[in-house]
Amino acid sequence: MNAETLLVLLYVLVLASFVGFELISKVPPTLHTPLMSGSNAISGITIVGAIVAAGPQDWSMSKGLGIVALLLATLNVVGGYVVTDRMLQMFKKKKK
Amino acid sequence: MLEKDLLIRIAYLVASVLFIIGIKMLGKTSTARQGNSLSAVAMLIAILATLLDSQVLSLTEIFVTILIGSAIGAVIARRVEMTSMPEMVAIFNGFGGAASVLVAASAYWALAHTAGVSMDAVVSVTVVISIIIGAVTLTGSLVAFGKLKGIINGRSVTFGGQHALNAILFLSTIALSVMVVLEPNEEIYMLGVIVIALLLGILTVIPIGGADMPVVISLLNSYSGIAAAATGFVLNNQVLIIAGALVGASGIILTQIMCKAMNRSLTNVLLGGFGQTKAG
Repeated sequence: MNAETLLVLLYVLVLASFVGFELISKVPPTLHTPLMSGSNAISGITIVGAIVAAGPQDWSMSKGLGIVALLLATLNVVGGYVVTDRMLQMFKKKKK
Repeated sequence: MLEKDLLIRIAYLVASVLFIIGIKMLGKTSTARQGNSLSAVAMLIAILATLLDSQVLSLTEIFVTILIGSAIGAVIARRVEMTSMPEMVAIFNGFGGAASVLVAASAYWALAHTAGVSMDAVVSVTVVISIIIGAVTLTGSLVAFGKLKGIINGRSVTFGGQHALNAILFLSTIALSVMVVLEPNEEIYMLGVIVIALLLGILTVIPIGGADMPVVISLLNSYSGIAAAATGFVLNNQVLIIAGALVGASGIILTQIMCKAMNRSLTNVLLGGFGQTKAG
């Protein structure tokens, strides 16, 4: 990786981290668990990396690891979003 | 830049913006549910864009795997009791950590076994970071799950020399990581890093009482974001870095807010043992 690419990626990392720090403030306690669950689903973004790792045409150890990664990441993403939605759904009904 | 690559980059940008708006909306009662749906749409956009990647050739296997994973994930998530939600989050988070370990290991394997290609330092350093944090997330989350489910003793499990042992393990992880970077083709060092990081995850969570588990899960969730961001450096993929950093940073803030709500400090929770006044 050349220095220029690395620098661009570092810019992205630092700025995105600052956005993340600023994003959350004064969250009501009832939303703590759903927020945690919702951001857990977002951390399933590893699925993008898993797709690339599972990408090669020919089977190899590397691709095998990618496929297992893809399975686990999919569980994280789908399970994470569904669970969060169920929590928030219940929350809404309670309010009414 | 090829037209397809440009399209992928733009899709990643759109996904990143939607993730940010989604998290923001999740923090307010009135908009939380739409926020979650918005971030799910962002995830879908990121996935579809990645399928266009020129490195991705085996679409059949990928579709089948995603289909199986989605089916299992949806069924588990729908069937689980509302009261068991925190442990569900823990186990899904553990899977996310495991996925980061496997993606980094896959990239490492491919590079270490391609003749004539030397691994560059940025890649090997970020592979190691991704593997360590991912492995700690995996076993830490599994212990948290076990404690909440009652499979593992929910009380604080402490023993003499625990902190010293953790410190030794931590230092040996660092030492082995340096060896991986210096000798990327020697797999034994990489295996050592994985094994010790897995152990470290267990040992750091086991002394923490069951009542503090939500805080621990929140912190581990933040870790899995950091692991994903590190994977982004390995693969030179910006949406991984952005989404990973968002989760990593907002997760730390959320963890602190949760600690404050319990009138505790984060170090107080993490050092375990001491935190027993509340749990016991």
